[in-house]
Amino acid sequence: MTDTTLTPPSGKTSAPTPNKITSILELDPLTKKRNAAEARFKLYGIIAIGIGLFFLVALLWAILSNGLGAFSQTFVKVDVPLNQQQIDDAEKSVVKTSKYRAIIDDAFAKELAGANITTEMSAKDLQKLFSSGAAATVRDYALANPDKVGTTVTFELIASSRVDGYLKGRVKREDLAEDKNLDAAHLDLVDQMKSAGLLEKRFNWSFITGTDASDSRPEQAGIGASMIGSLFMMLVVLFLSLPIGVAASIYLEEFAPQNKFTDLIEVNISNLAAVPSIVFGILGLAVFIQFMHLPQSAPLVGGLVLTLMTLPTIIISTRASLKAVPPSIRDAALGIGASKMQSIFHHVLPLAMPGILTGTIIGLAQALGETAPLLLIGMVGFIASNFPDGVAAGFFSPNSAMPAQIYEWAKRADPAFYERAWGGIIVLLVFLMTMNIIAIILRRRFERRW
Amino acid sequence: MKFTTLVSATALAVASTAFVGSAQARDQVQIAGSSTVLPYASIVAEAFGENTDFPTPVVESGGSSAGLKKFCTGVGENTIDIANASRAIREKEIKACAEAGVKDIIEVRIGYDGIVFASQKDGPAFNEFTQVQWFNALSPKVLKDGQIVDNPYTKWSEVDASLPDAEIAAFIPGTKHGTREVFEEKVLAVGCEESGALKAMIDGGMSEDDAEDACIAVRTDGKSVDIDGDYTETLARIDSNPNGVGVFGLAFYENNTDKLKVATMAGVAPSTETIAAGEYPVSRPLFFYIKKAHIGVIPGLKEYAQFFVSDEIAGPDGPLAQYGLVSDPELAATQASIEAEETMGN
Repeated sequence: MTDTTLTPPSGKTSAPTPNKITSILELDPLTKKRNAAEARFKLYGIIAIGIGLFFLVALLWAILSNGLGAFSQTFVKVDVPLNQQQIDDAEKSVVKTSKYRAIIDDAFAKELAGANITTEMSAKDLQKLFSSGAAATVRDYALANPDKVGTTVTFELIASSRVDGYLKGRVKREDLAEDKNLDAAHLDLVDQMKSAGLLEKRFNWSFITGTDASDSRPEQAGIGASMIGSLFMMLVVLFLSLPIGVAASIYLEEFAPQNKFTDLIEVNISNLAAVPSIVFGILGLAVFIQFMHLPQSAPLVGGLVLTLMTLPTIIISTRASLKAVPPSIRDAALGIGASKMQSIFHHVLPLAMPGILTGTIIGLAQALGETAPLLLIGMVGFIASNFPDGVAAGFFSPNSAMPAQIYEWAKRADPAFYERAWGGIIVLLVFLMTMNIIAIILRRRFERRW
Repeated sequence: MKFTTLVSATALAVASTAFVGSAQARDQVQIAGSSTVLPYASIVAEAFGENTDFPTPVVESGGSSAGLKKFCTGVGENTIDIANASRAIREKEIKACAEAGVKDIIEVRIGYDGIVFASQKDGPAFNEFTQVQWFNALSPKVLKDGQIVDNPYTKWSEVDASLPDAEIAAFIPGTKHGTREVFEEKVLAVGCEESGALKAMIDGGMSEDDAEDACIAVRTDGKSVDIDGDYTETLARIDSNPNGVGVFGLAFYENNTDKLKVATMAGVAPSTETIAAGEYPVSRPLFFYIKKAHIGVIPGLKEYAQFFVSDEIAGPDGPLAQYGLVSDPELAATQASIEAEETMGN
């Protein structure tokens, strides 16, 4: 491109060109130009990384600022006298928890009077300060501890999502103008209760360990049950895709003859890796549920679908790490009389193991974060409301998965669920980060270079 | 000899199938369907799990049509027991159900739901709408100066001088939602008739059926956007577009009064009271459908239905009404029909 500067102009041979004095201390224009190009390229790289980092920081900031609220929760301290007569009456009705609400209402009115807080609100209005799950807390306790009936027990009951939102700064006074779940008058009461020490905001373990809750009580919802669902799905994925994937790639890489048929298989595997995950969901619905009659919404089916999705990833990474083992190792093993199988299982596979494990963990992490195929096999909705009892139930009884739960929360009407969705993202990210860090450590520690 | 081998082999096969079947015996009720009914169903499911010895039922979302399609795949433990729907089941769906062996269906009406028209709280003053205005804003063909013409309006103020001077940007539910049907029937079709467009189309030589179909068509030039997701998606669209007007369920609006303001329809403000009184024009009944063949097989199925429509739950003071459901004045009849397991068509 810069030939003209190198060769003297051929037309003017009459005028002798003076000898150009060059020095290694002085840069000639060409070198300067090349150096500038390099500096520019470095700058572009830094800008690219900077943009990437900026978006990463913005994303993390959005996740943390929206989601950290889900990890704390407001509780109201109430001394509830448990009375055998009242409990017997409540147990006779159709909706038992509504009677327990009345018990809480009475106890709460006394509690307010004890703290010298006066209010003109009716018991029905005061109820709005509590989660509708509070009654179930009292009932479960009373039924589980019959010896405590007849005494007064101090409960820490969950406050309703609007009260919680007010203390977290999410709900403003002016937002409540047309809200029928809570009035500004309630907030005055909340302020008084806070200074009297009846309200407390603390770390919310039940978000991590709890089950999903219905639309009327976002404050009670937790990601625990769907975490268990994800765990069982990952077990299925691990125990199916690892052996199948590794066996397939060892055969393809070491034993299979090179012909059109194996080429076709290879092309198909690469293609499958790029198939949108929802396609696997449709396949799973048709094959596992409608044809094989496996139960709906079961982590087993979810795991099977995700296995199909993960297999290509594992096969490709396993083949790459098998290929990376130098042929001299195989030749040496064969040369001292090992059979082909011995050479592979005694020498090649152990050396390829770190790469295989890394590929598997990354495949699992990808499967853990997948929602789309689960939509079609019935794992999105109000599903993760029970913990499975036992290992078999863990595979067969309906459950959700973490990303599906996050998706579900993000759809719900109450803004408090939105906060939970971001909180769920934080939990999911922690899992994904742990898995990726394990993959990196494995690679760093065991990887060999030749 | 050969015959006995065949019989014993068949018996073995049947026994093993039965064993597999019993090994997967399901002990909780499975429900799928309308995302409008989902909040109510989840509230009931949760309370049902808390108040009875049955496990909490599982409620999937996905839309009325998707739920009914799933419902109609057949009878058996790996099919759902109940389909939630924000519209009545169609003749076509009943037929599809019957073909798959789902013959006895119990219809349960749980109450009424209002559909509201809301916009950004700080956006232009969309406070009053009529069906005619919506028809003129959204239909591809409108009546102008006595002629049926391609919709010329781009701003609400051109549709009606009383509306704000803002671009038309409507976010309406997609066709897979039951809400869309109600929107077409109670808003577009009514507006079409009231504006005289229906009559003009018939006079212009269209058959009555074609004219009715043309009435509920929606313009496709981007002024009206179909939302296939849930109300949260509509809310997000309105959040980012001050001129946007969206179609929501009453319960969803009531949970998001800090971001949305609601408009009246034909002069009536939407509320549980005006809907219960039948004054607010855009409301619809909500249903769920039970497979009768599953009653007695799936534990807790009938109990769940009875619990759902009990006065304490679906009545005017129950948790469903508190969340935004307009309770059905004929709840007692519904309770009786579940008790008697009355199926449709009988």
